[in-house]
Amino acid sequence: MSERTLLEVEDLHLHYQTRRGVVRAVDGVSFDVRHNEALVVLGESGCGKSSLAKALMRVLPRNVHQVSGRVTLGGTELMSMSDERFRRDVQWVRVSLVMQASMNALNPVVRVGEQVVEPLRVLLGWPRARAMARAAEVFERVGVSTDFLQRYPLELSGGMRQRVVLAMALVTEPELVILDEPTSALDVLTQASIMNLLKRLKRELGTSFILITHDVATSSELADRVALMYAGQIVEVANAAQFFDAPAHPYSQLLMASVPRLHQQQRPEAIPGQPPSLLEPPPGCRFAERCPSHFERCAKDPEFFRLDDRRRVRCWLYEGRGEP
Amino acid sequence: MNERPVGTSVEGEGALLSVKDLHTWFELRQWGFLRVGAVRAVDGVNFELERGESVAFVGESGCGKSSLARTLLGLHRPTRGEVRFAGHSLGELNARDLKAYRAKVGYVQQDPFGALPPFLDVRRILAEPLIVHGVKGRSERERRIRKVLDEVRLSPAEEYLGKFPHMLSGGQQQRVVIARALILEPAMIVADEPVSMLDASVRVEILNLLRHIQTQRELTLAFITHDLSSVRHYAERIFVMYAGRVVETAGVEELLDHPQHPYTQALLAAIADPDAANATKQREIPGGEPPSLLHPPTGCRFHPRCPHAMAGLCDVDEPPDFEPRRNHYSACWLHR
Ligand SMILES: Nc1ncnc2c1ncn2[C@@H]1O[C@H](COP(=O)(O)OP(=O)(O)OP(=O)(O)O)[C@@H](O)[C@H]1O
Ligand SMILES: Nc1ncnc2c1ncn2[C@@H]1O[C@H](COP(=O)(O)OP(=O)(O)OP(=O)(O)O)[C@@H](O)[C@H]1O
Ligand code: SF4
Ligand SMILES: [Mg+2]
Ligand SMILES: [Mg+2]
Repeated sequence: MSERTLLEVEDLHLHYQTRRGVVRAVDGVSFDVRHNEALVVLGESGCGKSSLAKALMRVLPRNVHQVSGRVTLGGTELMSMSDERFRRDVQWVRVSLVMQASMNALNPVVRVGEQVVEPLRVLLGWPRARAMARAAEVFERVGVSTDFLQRYPLELSGGMRQRVVLAMALVTEPELVILDEPTSALDVLTQASIMNLLKRLKRELGTSFILITHDVATSSELADRVALMYAGQIVEVANAAQFFDAPAHPYSQLLMASVPRLHQQQRPEAIPGQPPSLLEPPPGCRFAERCPSHFERCAKDPEFFRLDDRRRVRCWLYEGRGEP
Repeated sequence: MNERPVGTSVEGEGALLSVKDLHTWFELRQWGFLRVGAVRAVDGVNFELERGESVAFVGESGCGKSSLARTLLGLHRPTRGEVRFAGHSLGELNARDLKAYRAKVGYVQQDPFGALPPFLDVRRILAEPLIVHGVKGRSERERRIRKVLDEVRLSPAEEYLGKFPHMLSGGQQQRVVIARALILEPAMIVADEPVSMLDASVRVEILNLLRHIQTQRELTLAFITHDLSSVRHYAERIFVMYAGRVVETAGVEELLDHPQHPYTQALLAAIADPDAANATKQREIPGGEPPSLLHPPTGCRFHPRCPHAMAGLCDVDEPPDFEPRRNHYSACWLHR
């Protein structure tokens, strides 16, 4: 582990119990995030992105079947930490989460200012005046007029509400902010201005980010690194330039070829087939059924080969080209 | 059906669909009766679509795309102006002709998950329009259902005929929606954001399929989207909408390579092809939000957000369509 590492995740699992069986939403995920780095977790619907965020933040539904793995944040091991301590020292304090669609989950009858100071007052016990002053600071940072502290959520546009939930996540000055699809419900122009804001915040505050998205173009708006998920697992993690210019995993390659580009004559290509069910994922490589380069070896679970210091690929084609 | 009622003959000269001065306003009432005003969802739109042409309507949420689509389909009655199909004004069709018209124009609606009745299987979903439009023979219906399933590549048909929507993936559901839109052999398809709810890789599959069928059948396709990055491959012309109006229109390549209207320029500047360099670039984005359609801004509707707005002109007079380049129209005073 480099001293620049903030978060290290190893072999993380989150399985849900359902009537039809166990859903392996996060199934052996490993990655790390450095200080002031943005890692984008990219993947199609249902591949386990939100579950990954929930496991890291310990906001879990009741039907959890299993959570396991090792997670360290700045050297502190989190998985063995008691709930009580996790809530006091980590959740919303050192790591915060902007949940998917949370801009629509603001309490409609409470002024947004009051909602934004909640983590400070409840978790850190700040007096109201001090918390409000801090909220005003954060509002300015995220480009919302401080007059809006007194407004109700419904008086704000979607873009403004998204800035407010971002302010709420930043108010405790966490080291790591996890953003789950922060722009997917917004218009093109609003989306772009939120991405502008995130770039600025990253530069100004030195915070680390995990940005979750299903949109490849959006992912490139913030990513220092990209982790691509498929059926509960990370199939490739790489520096942004490596990932966008020379993806290694066959799924990464097909995904990049399926992205429509504004100024490209070549028509995007579909990826035939669909991801396997997470109920009883097939043995072996989960992408094998759709993979144009699959061979006998793929019937066995591929290891997560390390191609270089920062790049890992879960594919047998890279056996011998890197250590597992 | 031997005799062809008016409005259903698609042969002939001139545009297949022509839209003139079209307005679709929704009365807004408080407590159900107090008139607050009108939402001007479509507010003065003109265009013509040729036979066999694929066009895209692009614009942000709430700019009136779906309202326009529904007006073209005869589901909303225009507040003013008219829609003519194969020379006949929709406003003048009687109930029977309107029904015949709906058979000639297929509709792929915005939300595939809400589009299919959950309690019917695929066979029944596809049989329904045939029954409604008088295809009596069961074997004839079965033949046409199998043919269209094959066309949307849900084959072998046996595997899908008995399935209910919840047993299908999002992409497969959307294929069924498309099959349903095609089964009466329409001359035109209106597809309202046919892929916005689907995953990236499935999107491409569905768009490629639609494009393929459109060229094979020589259909007219009006395709609504908010995603400019994919239109190049799926349409020949683009209409850019802002606040109930078409602000710019041209051929796809021409429009994407030489955008003229400041709004189109802003839209194009806001989206990017994936590239690691994006992460450090601040994009030029006009501030503000799309305007209220209840009280749209005077003059040019984009003027409150426009970096080039000229005081005394843009905020006062509505810009007409200029033709700054050949066959390329833009409603902006910069071209005067
Ligand atoms: N509480 C739960 N109980 C059972 N299964 C669940 C639960 N939450 C999620 N799942 C399932 O786990 C899988 C992963 O879901 P998750 O929400 O993490 O995906 P996602 O990648 O965030 O998808 P999206 O892009 O649609 O938000 C899916 O198959 C989902 O149906
Ligand atoms: N039946 C209706 N009654 C009242 N208002 C309506 C009705 N249908 C649409 N509107 C309003 O008309 C405006 C345009 O809506 P429309 O659905 O046409 O936009 P859109 O461009 O399709 O948006 P989106 O991209 O979100 O689908 C919106 O302000 C909407 O609230
Ligand atoms: S007419 Fe004026 S305000 Fe409207 S887009 Fe053109 S320059 Fe901008
Ligand atoms: Mg999710
Ligand atoms: Mg719509």
